[in-house]
Parts: sequence; C-alpha cells; structure tokens
Amino acid sequence: MENAQKKIDELVKSKDVLLFMKGSPEQPQCGFSMTVSKILKDLKIKFYSINVLEDEEIRVGIKQYSNWPTIPQLYIKGNFIGGCDIVKEMYQKGELQKILKITT
Amino acid sequence: MAISREELFRLLKSGFPDGEIKIDDLAGDNNHYAANIKSSKFKGKTKVQQHQMVYAALKGKMGNELHALALTTEEK
Repeated sequence: MENAQKKIDELVKSKDVLLFMKGSPEQPQCGFSMTVSKILKDLKIKFYSINVLEDEEIRVGIKQYSNWPTIPQLYIKGNFIGGCDIVKEMYQKGELQKILKITT
Repeated sequence: MAISREELFRLLKSGFPDGEIKIDDLAGDNNHYAANIKSSKFKGKTKVQQHQMVYAALKGKMGNELHALALTTEEK
C-alpha cells in the first residue's frame, strides 16, 4: 500500500497535466471521465492519462492519495485540481484555462 | 448499490445543519444524483475542500453505495 502511494506521488509529479480516468481519452468508460478528457482535448492541451481500470492498486490508491472518493481526478503540476464537477465549473469560468496557461 | 433521496438528504443535512440543499435524482435509479448545497461552512474553503467536506458528510458512501453525485457548492 505504501508502495502504491509512492508510485502515485512520483507519477503525479512527473507530468504537467495528468488525468486519472476510467478508460482512455479515445475510449472513455465513464461519462464523467469522458467530460474531463473532452474539456482537455477542446483546450488542445497536451495531457497524459492513466486508465485506473487497468491498475487496481492505482484505482484504490489514488482515492487515498487525494482524499477524494471518485474518478476522474485531474492533476496539474503535481497539484490536485478536482474531479468532473470542479473541472467543468473552472472551465466554464475560464479559470482552468488560466491555470493551464500559467503552468504549461 | 443505491441510496434513497431521503437518506442522501439526511446525511447532507447532518453534515451541514444550516445548509440549503437541493437534490435531483438524475436517472430515477437512486444512484445518479445532482446536489446543490449552500452553507456557511464553506466560507474560506477551496472548491476541493468544499467537496471533500461533502464527501466526509456522506461517510464513505460516495463511490460505493452512491455511484454518481454531481456536486455544486456555494457559500452562504
């Protein structure tokens, strides 16, 4: 379990924009994951995604890592930004675009 | 794996006694809800912290009994 947290921490810090999701941006397996990946695609942002359905350790571990019970989860520069509702709200208000412009 | 609207309301109300809580059952299946909560407890908190407070009020049910909860939180 500790190893999983370490692995997740390294992953999160290794990418500027990282999305933990169910499925892939091309084939999302859940509507919430689809929404967030679609927003990132619309913004033409280069992002990495991890399919939590392919790794049980990460699927369980990421929820502890961020104290957040659901997937998707978006990280920018190692910071947890939010799940679907927050990302959507930030996108609609233009806040997400601002953060991405500053950090990437 | 579902939770009734009444149970969801009760949990949210116990977490946010001053809360103005609106709940919609999106799919009519007791498993996909949208909730809007206005509470003074959100004051000075980030969105992530606000939602974490809501999840804490749901006592581990989020992601388990409750599959989907579209959440909006506002300061009162």
